[in-house]
Amino acid sequence: MNYEDRIVTAFTACSVFWAVLGMLAGVYVAAELVWPTIDFGLPGLSFGRLRTLHTTLVLFGFGVSGLVATGLYSVQRTSHVRLFAPGLAWFVLYAWQLTIVLGGASILAGWNAGKEYAELEWPFDLAIAVAWVSFGVVFFGTIARRKMEAIYISNWFYGALIIVVAMLHIVNSLALPATFGKSYSLFAGAQDAVVQWWYGHNAVGFLLTGGFLGMLYYFLPKQAEQPIWSYRLSIVAFWAFVYTYIWAGPHHLHYHSIPEWVQSLGMAMSLILLAPSWATMVNGIMTVSAAAKKLRSDPALKFIVLSLAFYGLATFEGPMLAIKSVNVFSHFTEWTIGHVHSGALGWNALITFGTFYFLVPRLAGAPLYSARLANIHFWLALAGVMLYVLSMWGAGVSQGVLWLSLDKLGEVRFSFNDVMAAMKPYYLLRFIGGLLFLAGAVLMAVNLARTFSGRRTVVVAPPPAHAAKGLT
Amino acid sequence: MNFLSLHRKIERHSGLLIFGILVVSSIGGLVQVLPIVLDDSHSAPAAGLAVYSPLELEGRDIYIRESCSTCHTQQVRPLLAEVKRYGPYSRAGEFAYDRPFLWGSKRTGPDLARVGGNYSDAWHHVHLLDPRAVVPASIMPAYPWLAQRDADQGRTIAARMRTLRMLGHPYSDADIAAAPAALEGETELDAVTAYLQSLGRSMQGTPQP
Repeated sequence: MNYEDRIVTAFTACSVFWAVLGMLAGVYVAAELVWPTIDFGLPGLSFGRLRTLHTTLVLFGFGVSGLVATGLYSVQRTSHVRLFAPGLAWFVLYAWQLTIVLGGASILAGWNAGKEYAELEWPFDLAIAVAWVSFGVVFFGTIARRKMEAIYISNWFYGALIIVVAMLHIVNSLALPATFGKSYSLFAGAQDAVVQWWYGHNAVGFLLTGGFLGMLYYFLPKQAEQPIWSYRLSIVAFWAFVYTYIWAGPHHLHYHSIPEWVQSLGMAMSLILLAPSWATMVNGIMTVSAAAKKLRSDPALKFIVLSLAFYGLATFEGPMLAIKSVNVFSHFTEWTIGHVHSGALGWNALITFGTFYFLVPRLAGAPLYSARLANIHFWLALAGVMLYVLSMWGAGVSQGVLWLSLDKLGEVRFSFNDVMAAMKPYYLLRFIGGLLFLAGAVLMAVNLARTFSGRRTVVVAPPPAHAAKGLT
Repeated sequence: MNFLSLHRKIERHSGLLIFGILVVSSIGGLVQVLPIVLDDSHSAPAAGLAVYSPLELEGRDIYIRESCSTCHTQQVRPLLAEVKRYGPYSRAGEFAYDRPFLWGSKRTGPDLARVGGNYSDAWHHVHLLDPRAVVPASIMPAYPWLAQRDADQGRTIAARMRTLRMLGHPYSDADIAAAPAALEGETELDAVTAYLQSLGRSMQGTPQP
């Protein structure tokens, strides 16, 4: 039985589509902070609703579709078998994309559960749970039928993504429906806050970090044509990551109305988290350093190496921001937004782009339409993310310092409005950064579409059963 | 058995791997989150905290609909500058009737935990419809549709209050029966204003630390 790769093509296409649309929404809300009247008095273009659409589309449309595409591709090749229950996999595709389309429309129409990164209302929460569990059945079913003896490390990360996100999603979405489009959280106030940031932080942890590390562990060695540098390090880093990440959520609630011990524990665990995060980065960099020559000619590999640098930056910045005495300045400011985007653009988006540049020519059975366009994309993306992150650092540090600044008499020195008005140049720079990043993503969409146009997904058979037990 | 040979077992058995991930990833939640969820003292209402009136509840649900908490926090941290700027720092007991909590994570606009009573209703009306009419440098969106829409257009206020009662909010049968009539003739603008005026109410009169 041949590999089921058409589903990989379909999820990849969806991911690219949502990347462009989700980033477009992001650029638009960034523009609204500079020119607040460009919503033209339309509820669907209003900042609050459009920003919620932006995060939903990039996280669950672009991010998850990309993870499912690469997960289903790599799990077959590391297991030497065709996908388990391909029909169910196609159900996941349609259910997930329909949820994003209708869920996105519901947000613009004003349905909102009010929890950050979990705003979709209860009917969509149920749909997500069903689709997610189905994805898990397909994924683990494939692993259970594998011809390889060992389960390759990328699959541990994809597996942790599936299991832990299911747990987080189900618990955090517990709510009592009042009507078809409105429910109330089972948890109230401070309790709700602790549950929400256990979810919110670990959605970052297991989706944006763990899931994409799965992508890294399969596609980086493939692109570099080198085995992973240290297998032992990957084992230690994996289990330390799974254990430690889950504790770090309360650093989102420093100095809030939750118990002190929860905050301190969250801070300590956030600092410890630096170790497994950087262990993986070191493993990746050592792997790619053996293929330094290829780095000069292969645009796909360049994206992945740059994404590793941003991964290292964001996973260093995160623990620093979790220290209470740093957090006191950074909390509630643009610094948080900058931190999120150095991870989301610099790490998640770049590694996905690099992987797609590697994957789509293989799915199409044709070389990339234009390596030149991919190189232009690389520089647009780098310029965009740098402009974004630097402007938000400037804005965030200013806000943090100015808000807390007291004069000799102990009174606040700057009015909130003055500090807000001073943000305008930073917001403009951020808008330009986002625009550059979006332009790069559009170039990629065109490039990948031209690569694939007029072609069908190449049919690939698993290696014969007696082949050496090496990794494929 | 050394650690690598133990691991050789786990990585050759998909069931063991799933079990291992479940156990290892659950520990943090069980030790750190579960005790908070089970201990209801963390959401016991503060003295003087009133449950939201139907109009305030409608306003709160509109506040959620428009994602106001994307830009406005409702959490005054126990820092001198914050207490000076906004008022007494936030206590857990103030949020007992907040489902979901709306503390927010970003302060693009000012904190609203203590905004109740700081401005007149008329100010809020003007500000919500045209923020730059009263705060020239404001980058807040205008919400013209709030004035054009009647409160509780879907006629769901009783259903919503019954749901909240199931979750422990002290609404009486009479409260719920009277709710639809209480929203008669009110606009969404009135509802959001009433909600904003309710914020921090339970702490009014609390001396500053």
